[in-house]
Amino acid sequence: MKQLFALLTVLALCSIPAAAQKKPVPKTKAKTSASGAVSGAVLAKGKAVYVQNCLTCHQADGLGVDEMNPPLSKTSYVLGDKARLVNIILNGMQGQDIDGEPYRNLMPSFSTLTDQQIADVLTYVRSSFGNKTSAVQAAEVKTIRAANKK
Amino acid sequence: MNRSVTRYLLLAPALVGSLSLLALRSETIVAADPDNAGLKLPAGFGALKVAETGGRARHLTVTPQGNIYVKLNRPNADGKGILMLRPSSGGKAEVAGSLGNYGGTGIYSTKDYLYASSDEAVFRYKLNAQGEVESPAQPEKIVTGLINRKQHESKSITLDREGNLYVNIGAYSNTCQEQDRQKGSKGKPHCPILDSAGGIWQFRTDKLNQSYGQGVRYATGLRNVVGLDWNTQANQLFVMQHGRDQLYDNFPALYNSKQSAELPAECLYALKKGDNAGWPYLYYDPQQKKKMLNPEYGGDGKKEATGNYIDPAAAYPAHTAPNALLFYTGTMFPEKYRNGAFIAFHGSWNRAPEPQKGYYVVFQPFKNGKPSGPWEVFADNFAGSAAAAAAGRPEHKPCGLAQGPDGSLYVSDDRKGTIYRIVYNKK
Ligand code: HEC
Repeated sequence: MKQLFALLTVLALCSIPAAAQKKPVPKTKAKTSASGAVSGAVLAKGKAVYVQNCLTCHQADGLGVDEMNPPLSKTSYVLGDKARLVNIILNGMQGQDIDGEPYRNLMPSFSTLTDQQIADVLTYVRSSFGNKTSAVQAAEVKTIRAANKK
Repeated sequence: MNRSVTRYLLLAPALVGSLSLLALRSETIVAADPDNAGLKLPAGFGALKVAETGGRARHLTVTPQGNIYVKLNRPNADGKGILMLRPSSGGKAEVAGSLGNYGGTGIYSTKDYLYASSDEAVFRYKLNAQGEVESPAQPEKIVTGLINRKQHESKSITLDREGNLYVNIGAYSNTCQEQDRQKGSKGKPHCPILDSAGGIWQFRTDKLNQSYGQGVRYATGLRNVVGLDWNTQANQLFVMQHGRDQLYDNFPALYNSKQSAELPAECLYALKKGDNAGWPYLYYDPQQKKKMLNPEYGGDGKKEATGNYIDPAAAYPAHTAPNALLFYTGTMFPEKYRNGAFIAFHGSWNRAPEPQKGYYVVFQPFKNGKPSGPWEVFADNFAGSAAAAAAGRPEHKPCGLAQGPDGSLYVSDDRKGTIYRIVYNKK
């Protein structure tokens, strides 16, 4: 996983920032179906959380808003380390460049979502907008949340 | 200016071949593009693409000699944040130089000076008789140390005719919540942001290194103003505010997503020194035509705000992001446009999941220095198609406005960096 993340980061850094979001990540060993296909029911639940909480900023197509809100399509954060990804949802995020591009808005904390809701929405994100990588389980969110609190 | 020699040719596609040669012959002939640069305009108007800058072209200004200065949001590959374009043929222009090692939004020129802002400071450069900057590496830093916390960072600028500079300092927040943009989070009492942001500050144009201590908080309670201009008829500053976001996201029990897409209006304010427009305590509801208490401060969509806050001078569709305001004083356009306001709407994102809106330039008629009558869309289709606009995936986003010496209206686009010029076919 670490290697995959490093590879993705390198890829993201090498590509021209503006094109980064459109550039397809080569189908390397992305853990596509390591955990099996994601069920339609989980995707529907994840989508509902997305529409309620994330859509305004990241948009229905997950491509974000120029200069303001980053895309959720093939970014190193979405495809990368799950703990880092879950922590963004728990803590929010501001002032970080995303794959070389700055964004001016901020992301609030969504720590009030349940472990299951966070797992579902991230599973939905990681299987949508051109992403195709492993699901996030509620148990994983629980562990990451506990570590995040320390 | 050889105004009498200047001719505006609005070419019907069939005539292009025969007339384009003619257009090349003289510098003063302004030839509209056969497709009017892809824009939809009222009858008699035409448009051309003056230049493709490839940068995020925020605001722009045109000197009496017709030189165009464009402020880029970020420095280009040469590390420069201001482009200088010289007129070439057919009404177009070519990049002839660049200066300033900072990104930003604001740019403004008088006959003698070019003013430009980064997201923290304002600089000025002496212009020579040819409208050129002679010492690009030695600007005077007239304002410094303005707050920039990324959100609402643009330090848009304008001047009055008495040596004062007006600078927007946007609030680095949506509604001054304890936790910015977080669901249900309450507004901070006596919003502390207003001490150093969320308003318009006034400085002198000719003093160096001014900051908060030397400036005047001219007007407060303005969330973020990107478009502002001085109205010489009313001798008054007018500004366009970007209204608050996310009523539904943060207060789903009080607003549905349809209401959230239509609330609040984007507002035009006529300001006097000391005015307070009420952010973050209120928003303007264009249907009820009332100032409503924000839910962060106990509002529920029905309670009106109380307090000494000014009313808007005019209201426009929610979240459409007015990024430039220009009072038209030229004589090229028909009489009805004289002293009226053009407003560039950058386009929305906060209307989702409802269709997005904006990506056009609006005309607001004025009479005796006050808005008079309904506004209309003047230049449309920067997005490229209605579908692209609705999806919030426009090709171009109008961001800056400037008037040329002949009365042409220039529009900058901060998505692709296209510079447009709109002309009228006067006989
Ligand atoms: C108020 C707008 C807003 C909302 C609502 C929002 N985000 Fe974000 N999000 C942002 C911004 C802005 C950033 C980038 C912050 C930065 O650059 O430091 C971001 C960053 C991210 C990132 C990491 C960067 C990337 O693009 O991969 C992820 C993942 C993410 N958001 C997912 C979500 C999810 C899932 C939700 C809903 C639970 C959500 N966001 C809700 C604005 C928002």
